Amino acid sequence: MLDSGINVLFQGKNFIRLLSGLWVTVRISLIAVLISIALGILLGMIMTMKHPIIKVVTRVYLEFIRIMPQLVLLFLVYFGATKAFKINLSGELSAVIVFVMWGTAEMGDLVRGALISIPKHQYESGKAIGLTNSQIYLSIIIPQTVRRLVPLAINLVTRMIKTTSLVVLIGVVEVVKVGQQIIEAARLTQPSAALWIYGVIFFLYFIVCYPVSLLATKLEKVWKS
Amino acid sequence: MDIGFIYKNIPLYLEAGKLTVRIALIGIVVSVVIGFIFSLVRYYKIPILHRIIGIFIELSRNTPLLIQLFFLYFGLPKLGIMLSSEACAIVGLIFLGSSYMSETFRSGFEAVPDIQIEAGLSLGLTKFQIVRYVLMPQAISISIPAFLANVIFLIKETSVFSAVALADLMFVAKDLIGLYYKTDEALLLLVIAYSIILLPISIIFTFVERKVRYAGFGN
Repeated sequence: MLDSGINVLFQGKNFIRLLSGLWVTVRISLIAVLISIALGILLGMIMTMKHPIIKVVTRVYLEFIRIMPQLVLLFLVYFGATKAFKINLSGELSAVIVFVMWGTAEMGDLVRGALISIPKHQYESGKAIGLTNSQIYLSIIIPQTVRRLVPLAINLVTRMIKTTSLVVLIGVVEVVKVGQQIIEAARLTQPSAALWIYGVIFFLYFIVCYPVSLLATKLEKVWKS
Repeated sequence: MDIGFIYKNIPLYLEAGKLTVRIALIGIVVSVVIGFIFSLVRYYKIPILHRIIGIFIELSRNTPLLIQLFFLYFGLPKLGIMLSSEACAIVGLIFLGSSYMSETFRSGFEAVPDIQIEAGLSLGLTKFQIVRYVLMPQAISISIPAFLANVIFLIKETSVFSAVALADLMFVAKDLIGLYYKTDEALLLLVIAYSIILLPISIIFTFVERKVRYAGFGN
């Protein structure tokens, strides 16, 4: 009986459907990642300012996003904001909004950490050998910041992809939902489909995330020296 | 905003909050123990075990908890393994947590310079003594910030357990929205509940982090 369960996967277009479901998740995370990287760099630069009000506001924002589970944020936007502002947001759009909010906070903190980790003498030695301010930033500070930042940012991408699996809980039709549909359709003919379908989804996520985290580890090692 | 409704439902959230905290606590404690053992195996590269644990860690770190839970809750019964939703939640949390904890401890161990261990050997310490008195104190203080971040991460991850029908905070909120359409009140209580659990932890952890910061030579 168990070996028949896997047949469900290859019936009709099931496997293609699963893959296109996976693409929905990956697409949400890619859009969110791109926007969060841009906004996060901005936020990180703002956070290094010494202005007290800016400090308090960014701190509160960061702390709130940090301690709220992403699922709670999704509910807040999908159910809360839509009711409060009387607007209609699709599940996918609310997911993008939430992941941009979350990603910006995380990315901002990473950028801030990378910026303040550059020792002061790097700026000073640049000045001492007569570089202009823009030269110091272009050829000394930014390359070093990027080296510290990129592996951490890539890790954030894998976390983002993994976390996007939550969007099924606010009704977005993605890989898990498609999987559930397939399982339901095969409930009578292939009762063991659930095992196989969830197993396959598990490995699909692994296949997407593993190369990305390998890349992060590799870059970290290469750039360490 | 319906204050009466909020007041009436506080006990529900209290119950759910207790469940969330209990499961998080069990999951985290077991994860720390397993993670610590795994990290030692990985650090000392114990032949076959080291490879198996490596594969396990990559599998659990590169897949979402939600999918792991679905597999445990809906998939495994087809093999004849029935788990209650609470058992599923705990197993899932441990599956995810132990790999995160293990990686944290391992990077802590690896950050301890080799000369420390060689110095221990030349003093005639046994392997166990080196782990206990040389490796552990330094490795732990290095890995504490990442460890604390993991604890918060794992507590936050408990929010997905509602998907396998565990009556936790998320579940109660979703129920109230579905039953009474009291979205604002249910979500407000949800945010407050998670804040009560996580805000003190986050503040204490920031403080602890500063206290135990690893001081290398010269700072």
